[in-house]
Amino acid sequence: MSRWMERTMIVFCWICGLVLLAAIATIFGYLLYQGLGTVNLRLIFGNISAVDALLLRKHVFAGLFPAMVGTLAVVTLSVGFAIPVGIASGVYMAEYARGGVKWVLGFCFDILAGVPSIVIGLFGFALAIFLHRHFSAGIYPSLFISSLSLAVLVLPYIIRSTQFALENLPAETRLIAVALGATKLQNIVYVLIPKSLSGIFSGVILAIGRCAEDTAVILLTGAVAFAGVPKSLFVQYEALPFYIYYISSQYANQQELSSGYGASIILLLICALLFFVASMTQKGVTYQALYRA
Amino acid sequence: MEKITERILTASALISAFITVLIFAFLLIFGLPLLQGGQWFGLLAQPWSPREGLYGIRPMLLGTVYISLLGMAFALPLSFGCSALISVFAPRRFGGFLRKVVQLMTGVPTVVYGFVGIFLLVPMVREIFQGGSGMCVLTASLMLAVLISPTLILFFVDGFDRVPRSYLNAVAALGGNEAQQFIFVILPNAWKSVLSGIVLAFGRAMGDTLIALMIAGNAVQVPGSVLESARTLTAHIALVIASDYDSPEFKSIFACGLTLYLFSTMMVVLIRSIGAIFGRKEK
Repeated sequence: MSRWMERTMIVFCWICGLVLLAAIATIFGYLLYQGLGTVNLRLIFGNISAVDALLLRKHVFAGLFPAMVGTLAVVTLSVGFAIPVGIASGVYMAEYARGGVKWVLGFCFDILAGVPSIVIGLFGFALAIFLHRHFSAGIYPSLFISSLSLAVLVLPYIIRSTQFALENLPAETRLIAVALGATKLQNIVYVLIPKSLSGIFSGVILAIGRCAEDTAVILLTGAVAFAGVPKSLFVQYEALPFYIYYISSQYANQQELSSGYGASIILLLICALLFFVASMTQKGVTYQALYRA
Repeated sequence: MEKITERILTASALISAFITVLIFAFLLIFGLPLLQGGQWFGLLAQPWSPREGLYGIRPMLLGTVYISLLGMAFALPLSFGCSALISVFAPRRFGGFLRKVVQLMTGVPTVVYGFVGIFLLVPMVREIFQGGSGMCVLTASLMLAVLISPTLILFFVDGFDRVPRSYLNAVAALGGNEAQQFIFVILPNAWKSVLSGIVLAFGRAMGDTLIALMIAGNAVQVPGSVLESARTLTAHIALVIASDYDSPEFKSIFACGLTLYLFSTMMVVLIRSIGAIFGRKEK
């Protein structure tokens, strides 16, 4: 290989690196330039004082407050659904499942992790129609359906991060308690899970980030542009990512558009924050970050 | 206690796996009226023209394929360069910085990319090419490239870093420089990660909704050039969802969903076989 070729290759690599940095800097810079001026309490609460809004004494019409509450509600609910099932399945995969069963289950979870989020949204929508027809006419796309669908979306990440956190424990750690006479369950509860908490926790944080940012699922399962702060599980609701999507095509004036920029910055900050928390709790965060489909 | 816990854990795992099957079942049942009599393949090939009673999803299928392939075409060389820079050529600190940036990029919401796309990239494309609305295959695939590059880069870097240090030292001892290390030792030893990364990123590109929905224009047509508008399968689902539940339009989105589901399953099978093939070789 000639000197010249090598040089070209290295220069090409540097150009690629700089192009990527420039692209991401342009995206962030543009967003901050357009929207930073609008990020203040007024963007969130409109004309109503923050205290009144937080205590739900008055409705916020011209601010992001209902959307933020909606996102918070949908994230809390879906992670609440996904954590118990996900961690239990992860423990089963790491400690109990063997051979063919483990292979089949792992295959299912891989498929689930790969299903595009819009398809999961479509599933949630179909589920809502099904429940509406066969169980209760009161069920239609709502906060509840969205949370269930988002829970399905993040379930594989929680399962896999729990499983890998447990499987990556050193063999000695695994044997100590058993050598002292502990049962398998005692070993899991008192040694293995506490030892792998940071891995499990970072998986959960990434799942939260995924729930907060996903738009395709909630687009199909009950997020709307104007709903106010949700009062029950079975109503439609507002959410930050949906608001951004809605504003991008339906904005009526400059003020609405700039609140779209503001909302983007807030969402970006939330996701970045969650990401940093996750990467601080565990360095090997790459795997989970990659497998978000 | 031991027994009960084990049963609960088993039940959770089975429920989780069952959901995977349940999603498929729901798509199948709701799409059934259109699928009966082997019409599914017909649907894939038919054009979309509701006035003539044709609800084929061929334009959307091709839209998805074009946009994701073009996105890959942009992202692949870029990611190769970046990952080689991170793991081989860049000074340690700059490489570390670049890696952090790329990791952070995986956390950026797609809706934010779409939003910036509409107000920054779309006008740019419109100005540069002097035609149309700027919402086209090219715009969407450029933004898509930004979305999938982190996946590719992190996979490549992971593969490059796994090549044993001693191999590289051997090259260095023979007088090889970094570029020669990369071409002759690192690349041939990192095929597994490179291929898995490509498959996974392609799956992400096809499964992404928001970017195509927001900036590809969503016209139902087979795009004739990269400057024409197109609609993807995912965007089609998002756009048609609000229509009448008994209409054939509505049922066609389940055909889209089914196609996407089967496609993503195929990707998983592909990744697993890549793992199996290379795993055997390594032994």
